[in-house]
Amino acid sequence: MDLTWSESEEAFRTEARSWLESNVPTPALPSGDTKEGFALHLDWEHRLAADNWSVVSWPKAFGGRDASLWEWLIFEEEYYRVGGPQRVTQNGIFLLAPTIFEFGTPAQQEYYLPRMSSAVDLWCQGWSEPNAGSDLAAVRSKATRDDAAGGWRLSGQKTWTTRGAFCNYLFGLFRTDPESERHKGMTYFMVPLEGDGVTVRGFGRLDGDEGFAEVFFDDLFIPDDDGTAATMARGGILGEVNQGWGVAMATTSSERGLTLRSPGRFQATATRLVELAREQVGNGLSEQMADAVADAWMDAEAYSLFTLSDVSGVVEGKAMGARSSYNKIFWSELDVRLHEVALDLLGPSAELDGPWMKGYQFALSGPIYAGTNEIQRNIVAERVLGLPRK
Amino acid sequence: MRFALTEEQIEFRAVVRGLLADTCGPDELRAAWPDAELAGGGPGGGNGRVPGAWSALAEMGVLGIMVPEANGGLEMTQEDLVPLLIEAGWAALPDPVSATAGVAVTLLAQATDSEKRAGELLAGIAAGELSFGCAFLAGRVATSNFVPAATSLDQILLCVNDQVHVVGPASLPLERVQSVDGARDLFRIDLVDQLDNSTVLLTGEAAESATRSAFDFAALGAAAELIGLSRRMLEMTVLYATERKQFGVQIGSFQAVKHHLTNASLAVEFAEPLVLRAANSLALGNPQASVHVSMAKAKASAAAKAAAAASLQVHGAIGYTVEYDLHLYMKRSWALAGEFGDVEFHRRRVSDELLAI
Repeated sequence: MDLTWSESEEAFRTEARSWLESNVPTPALPSGDTKEGFALHLDWEHRLAADNWSVVSWPKAFGGRDASLWEWLIFEEEYYRVGGPQRVTQNGIFLLAPTIFEFGTPAQQEYYLPRMSSAVDLWCQGWSEPNAGSDLAAVRSKATRDDAAGGWRLSGQKTWTTRGAFCNYLFGLFRTDPESERHKGMTYFMVPLEGDGVTVRGFGRLDGDEGFAEVFFDDLFIPDDDGTAATMARGGILGEVNQGWGVAMATTSSERGLTLRSPGRFQATATRLVELAREQVGNGLSEQMADAVADAWMDAEAYSLFTLSDVSGVVEGKAMGARSSYNKIFWSELDVRLHEVALDLLGPSAELDGPWMKGYQFALSGPIYAGTNEIQRNIVAERVLGLPRK
Repeated sequence: MRFALTEEQIEFRAVVRGLLADTCGPDELRAAWPDAELAGGGPGGGNGRVPGAWSALAEMGVLGIMVPEANGGLEMTQEDLVPLLIEAGWAALPDPVSATAGVAVTLLAQATDSEKRAGELLAGIAAGELSFGCAFLAGRVATSNFVPAATSLDQILLCVNDQVHVVGPASLPLERVQSVDGARDLFRIDLVDQLDNSTVLLTGEAAESATRSAFDFAALGAAAELIGLSRRMLEMTVLYATERKQFGVQIGSFQAVKHHLTNASLAVEFAEPLVLRAANSLALGNPQASVHVSMAKAKASAAAKAAAAASLQVHGAIGYTVEYDLHLYMKRSWALAGEFGDVEFHRRRVSDELLAI
């Protein structure tokens, strides 16, 4: 066991910290889930990309720094420690990119990845449909083969698409085999959100921001890949036709596991919670509330250590597998707890518009998206503990 | 950075696991209970010890794992011992492995004033000849004056304010009390006023500092055992939920059952890293070690209580009997959850540190 950082990791931390401290905008940006806020966040993303900080763990050729997983954790810690803005590009970077790395052709990687890391293309995730939420295999949106035109025609509806109203591309599953059922016969498409055959309608989330969208496809044409940039700009397929479920699962396991939720974010929230409680020491802070703060802090520590243990395994070639469902349940419920305790500390002022109430509403989405925590609990029970499926 | 056990630690743990599976099963555990009826079987007349397991651990060098090589030990650290205590917990071994190999060695290693006496005792531990208990009677740590299997022990360490004494059990007023867990064959030691200089091991600041680190180890040892106990209960329960059928199906296929067990398992899986980190902090003398121990004990105690509750609920009526094995592990969890500081005590140590109250 060695819980210390190497000299080069410390040097990486120093470099990241100093860049972030002189570049992170102050005062903090408004929410990136409104049209105006999104534009400001895009400026921030471009600044990150200009100095190669947008995707530190990617290869240099695609805009990264070849950073190790450890360095990525360090970067995230520093990022949230100084209060770095939410990453409006995260669904592309953390959900789609791992899939492109695994399933994309060299031409696809060369085309899509640099445009993603530099926030030229902005990606949203098109998993959910009105009748396919936790039950993702119930997807009904379809893609019909058009041999004459040499491509696919997409129709159907996606919904609850985070930042769909502000992005210019969507990745999602479409049924390509009309006879198929459930997990079979779906294909993983990358789809432009501009032009004929696609309509995007934004709508308000729980916190009032226009962070959601529904996306309607009506005969949207995606040409077959000929390896040219002009064609790839009009969308394409990742992996094999009708093999989309397996391709998508590679993405969801990164979403549920390490990549989307590094401990840095929760440690930063826990630190702010402790600061909030300290203001009340000697001024009405009850032992009960002090205990609640300590308990939430311990959970943030536990999540951080659990992640260090996971990463120790991953760098030695061990697969995370179904254990990643533990992470997703824990961090999402931890995030809710941290905010609940803060709101309790605020007492009557909790209802006022402010970062904790805003953050609380945001945190409440965690146990729902990326597979509800009920589904995750089933996965742990069946695939980790070994309980029978049926 | 590498937050994982070494190959050697994993191998050592596997050997100890196998050894305890052979020597400390439910039958041997019941035989440690003084009262066969309360144990739900066994011969009765036990004294809180499982001699086969104890001597096997002694032979392997587990008891002297932290004893300096000069005294015949393996000179390893808390990081090496704690994973083995998780295994001791898995087997619900009632013997004083944590008290002897961890707490006593921590105290004796700091007894520089009585170096010769301490050296002899350390050598006795390493040779597998001495067993220890430890009580914290007064001072800045949580009072812990229950000593399991006290009459079977060779020596008992008493931490009283700024003094540490080492006394044979025959010279102490031991009051037998009934623990919910009969395998602990429990004795209470009240503050003793007849202690004299002949038994003193440490005094003054050295005693206070040694007491703090000994208490930290005692709490961490209990936390480690609680992790193992929790895993054992959940394993038993998963097995039962896979075998038991109601409404024509395995009860483990019901989502309500799955979620009970996943919740308990989450608590255990996220408590264990806190336990292992605290072991690392103690081994390195990290100034935050006491807070890290408190996080570990608070969360391991809570996790074990959750695991016990879920296990009993999923077992249903059969878990509510003493003939069935679950109670042997559940009762130990209840006992250890409150020993060397309960959830509230340790959470308070954390909040005092965080909020500087």
